[in-house]
Amino acid sequence: MLEKPGNETIDFRELTYAEAIREAMTQAMEADPTVFTLGEDIGTYGGAFGVTGDLIHRFGAERVIDTPIAELGIAGAAVGAALTGMKPVLELQFSDFITLATEQIVNQAAKIRFMFGGKASVPLVVRMPAGSGTGAAAQHSQSLEAWFGHIPGLKVVQPSTPHDAKGLLLAAIDDPNPVLIFEHKLLYKTKGLVPVDAYRVPIGKAIVRRPGKDVTIVGSSIMAIRAQAAAERLATEGIDAEVIDLRSVRPMDTETIFASVRKTSRLLIVYEGVKTLGVGAEISAAVAESDAFDYLDAPIVRLGGQEVPLPYNPVLEKAAVPQEDDIVNAARRLVRDGRA
Amino acid sequence: MRPSGRSGPRSRANVDGWKGLTRNICIDKNAKVTHHGDNNGCIFIVELRVSSPLPTERPNQRPEMADLSDEAILDAYKAMKLIRRFEERAEESYMRGFIHGTMHLSIGQEASAVGVVSALEKTDTLTSTHRGHGHSIAKGADPARMFAEFFGKQTGYCGGRGGSMHIADVEAGNLGANGIVGGGLPIAVGAALSAKMRKSGQVCVCFFGDGASNEGAFHEALNMASIWALPVVFVCENNKYGMSMDIARSSAVPDIAKRAVAYAMPGIEVDGNDFAAVRAVAQTAIARARSGEGPSLIECKTYRIRGHSKSDRNLYRTKEEIEEWRGRCPIDRLREEVIGLGRLSAERFAAIDTVVEDEIEAAIEFAKASPDPDPARLTEDVYA
Repeated sequence: MLEKPGNETIDFRELTYAEAIREAMTQAMEADPTVFTLGEDIGTYGGAFGVTGDLIHRFGAERVIDTPIAELGIAGAAVGAALTGMKPVLELQFSDFITLATEQIVNQAAKIRFMFGGKASVPLVVRMPAGSGTGAAAQHSQSLEAWFGHIPGLKVVQPSTPHDAKGLLLAAIDDPNPVLIFEHKLLYKTKGLVPVDAYRVPIGKAIVRRPGKDVTIVGSSIMAIRAQAAAERLATEGIDAEVIDLRSVRPMDTETIFASVRKTSRLLIVYEGVKTLGVGAEISAAVAESDAFDYLDAPIVRLGGQEVPLPYNPVLEKAAVPQEDDIVNAARRLVRDGRA
Repeated sequence: MRPSGRSGPRSRANVDGWKGLTRNICIDKNAKVTHHGDNNGCIFIVELRVSSPLPTERPNQRPEMADLSDEAILDAYKAMKLIRRFEERAEESYMRGFIHGTMHLSIGQEASAVGVVSALEKTDTLTSTHRGHGHSIAKGADPARMFAEFFGKQTGYCGGRGGSMHIADVEAGNLGANGIVGGGLPIAVGAALSAKMRKSGQVCVCFFGDGASNEGAFHEALNMASIWALPVVFVCENNKYGMSMDIARSSAVPDIAKRAVAYAMPGIEVDGNDFAAVRAVAQTAIARARSGEGPSLIECKTYRIRGHSKSDRNLYRTKEEIEEWRGRCPIDRLREEVIGLGRLSAERFAAIDTVVEDEIEAAIEFAKASPDPDPARLTEDVYA
């Protein structure tokens, strides 16, 4: 129980990230008969990562639709349903498979409203497990959020906590635009406090997870989690890091980042996607173009994924994306030496 | 309803321009919808649903024609003529510099658009293609707002943001033309899934070309529609060429309707330049979809008289071939058949021609007089 202003209380309990997503689906489907979900093995199997779980028993096979392995087709079916009065939530089994559905997401869903002169909308949600760390190798481990963040007409979010996983999914289902949710595979079993009732986490709003004065560390999804752990370790060394969980890649809450940089004068950006032309490049450029640039005491540092397909071997896999130690080391160098 | 005890003449949709590719189909008035294999792969028997007035009133006419009321014939003629004149005047406007982008003309293909769409209810939906002007007009689009869109004007269907390849009127059931070959196929499946879930009774017609039939989206869409028995009718406008690529060179099985067997749905090949025949098979397929029996695949064998787009120099086909197909003009065929049967006078058709001419002229004037979109509003409507 937590008190809100006005002495209301909110009932919380601990859920996993996967359970929180399922709870959001349940509440949305109970509240709105036009909400349904479709995807590969999401019915009796319960989803490759167990996220849909027992939804098929609650809502039946007509609203929890097992599809053929046909990512382009099912994405298009979701677009067509969204265009004609339904609110589909499409699960792609791995976010890598969005490469097969990209025609429908990029050429159709993202552009229909604009192409049609604002006289149609595509309230589509695409949920996808993303990221490395499970030994799934190069075709099942990518972080492709920057690809889709580049497309006007799409919204792209990356929840890091069970709380945000539920709130962002409910916000995405409410949203009249196509929203892509990159869920992190390593987070599905992580636990956190989640309100019992339905609530929304606004899309396009970052959150300061830990206030600090020496350096700003920006990340989203699992990188926001690693950044917080790194910040606690840095605190024992006398370095006070501010951690921003970006949450949304598009639209991006640059104001929260600028405000933090004005305060800390140092910026470390951490992201799992490949460093070059990634989310960090956009944040870095946005800061460089803003008045926050004048406050910087050191160069901006990007800590991104290596320029390599994700490898299978666990040692290599960890080496390919930023880990907690990498963040601690990078932040320490930035604060102590003023360089990357 | 079907008249009892009547054994009407069998009509054959025979497309004789397709030597080596051509097959005849039988439309048997008294048969149920079935399809099964024969030595050539498959045959298709289609039940025709008869509309009023009763064809027994017109015993000497082929059943597809006998089924049509005079009003339906005149409506279809007007729609086809409107499409033809729209396309011709669009081409002329392009030559005069009024149209900034490209466009894909459907001259010669009017019967497939009007034959299929005239069998739909107003509330039904369709997905269209890059060669979609005819589908929009058949669905009731206002030629003035279409011209305005081609001219890039604020009053166009898309406020000048879409152009020729993106005409849509979702409220009116036109889910949009599409610049991506095969892009509309899975979207139509989604619209049909939506109709089924909402229990709206709507049917979605999905137009696509022979080129799209070789996209993966074709396979994914038809398979899904069939396993879920969705109310969708796939209409392949096989105009023989995907841009320059002849269907005989692009497709292992150039008769697209034969592929229906792989999806356990009826596949019907029809002369796409015969309005009455197209409408008859469309009615059957639409009724089947609406009754919950699932999708069908109709292949309209037709031909585009103009090139693929404005860059086309027709290097891949002969003048003789084009001329031969000009002789099968679907609009002239309908008019001459009806006049020949003594059902309607030449004057009735001529009167429609005049109305169409005036409507197109007024549409172009509207488009010319309309304002350009305001660049200050460029980024509006990216998000809802």
